[in-house]
Amino acid sequence: MSGDAAKVLSNDVLWGGGRSPFSISYGKMMMWFFLVSDALTFSGLLVAYGFVRHSTLEPWPIGEEVFRALPFLHGSYPLIYVALMTAILIFSSVTMVLAVEAGHRMDKGGVIKWLFATVIGGAFFVGSQAWEWYHFNHGSGGYITISNGDKYWVGNDDHDTHDPAHAAGFHLTKALPGHFLLPDTLPGGAKVEPVTGDEAQKLWKEKVVYMAGAPFPWSANGNEYNEYGPQQYSNFFYFITGFHGFHVFSGVVINLIVLIMVMKGIFHRRGHYEMVEKAGLYWHFVDLVWVFVFTFFYLL
Amino acid sequence: MERDDIIEYSLDAHHSEEHGRKVRRKIWMVTLLLAVVTTVEVTLGAYWKEWFSLDAWQTIKWMYVVLTLVKAGFIVHTFMHLGDERSNIRAIILLPYALFILYLMFIAIWESQYVHYIWKNFL
Repeated sequence: MSGDAAKVLSNDVLWGGGRSPFSISYGKMMMWFFLVSDALTFSGLLVAYGFVRHSTLEPWPIGEEVFRALPFLHGSYPLIYVALMTAILIFSSVTMVLAVEAGHRMDKGGVIKWLFATVIGGAFFVGSQAWEWYHFNHGSGGYITISNGDKYWVGNDDHDTHDPAHAAGFHLTKALPGHFLLPDTLPGGAKVEPVTGDEAQKLWKEKVVYMAGAPFPWSANGNEYNEYGPQQYSNFFYFITGFHGFHVFSGVVINLIVLIMVMKGIFHRRGHYEMVEKAGLYWHFVDLVWVFVFTFFYLL
Repeated sequence: MERDDIIEYSLDAHHSEEHGRKVRRKIWMVTLLLAVVTTVEVTLGAYWKEWFSLDAWQTIKWMYVVLTLVKAGFIVHTFMHLGDERSNIRAIILLPYALFILYLMFIAIWESQYVHYIWKNFL
């Protein structure tokens, strides 16, 4: 960037009064201060998550076993959906920085084009998150335990059935100790063979507990662990991704307002597009937070 | 009341068409880097159990942390233009944050291990 920040000035001049020692406008500096405070909030949430995860005695759910579904598709695609969400957010961050760059050249058409792309990307991200929440809340086919304590995962081709035992493709897969959800592949690449047919029906009749999906803690059988394991896992999932999702939503609204102001030519008359830059700072921050949420919630 | 002794920093941030091309090339390079790092992270997360032994997890875990900090650094440096600001403002933003969070992380990790130990042995 050219401008005052690029000029070589001695500290005597910078701090001598009559100018900003930071060579930055009031609005931009306040946006940075806000972002620092917001970053502290998000860091606090992620550190709290780390605290709970470190101190817990229970096995903890594993990201690639929980998040492995894609809309309209059966089968297992670990982390692919959340990777798509990450890609959408990073690319909307790129279009935003391109809008800022166009603003520095006073290219109104360019700003409109890239800012519009940013708004679309942000809206897609919020929509994707809605689906992810819905799917997480819905859970999988659930599990049963039989009288000797063995635990089996329930699987069928019809996800929304009320009677899994008579649904098409009904099968049971024995759970592995230490895993809350069914891993596709064991260490070394071995597969777990499911139980089908009459044997599966027999096991189904012997069941002591049937935990379907992921009930809320206040629902009928929500006092027991849901299929994702410790309740705190879901609590942190909803709180952290929800707090971030709300930031994305408000970022989309802010970008939309700035876009309308750009289209009306307000910034062109003002002589600079710094408002796009300030909105951009916020938008990049939202992307930055997601980078950390992605690592510390989904990957680790 | 108009004042003529105030420097309007907002008006000072324009750049030429030629400089813009350089900026855009930098943006696309960083984009490529972020995409590659994310792809590596996701592929590792999904398939590491098939490729490596369980002992590899510690290494992969710390690699994730390092890759995340690399990504964050590029976003802050290039996308948020902090690399182009004066070192004064860089320090005033990054240092207090780092101070707070390193302390918080230290406390949280230390205490969580202690709580884990207590629950495991005395509960």
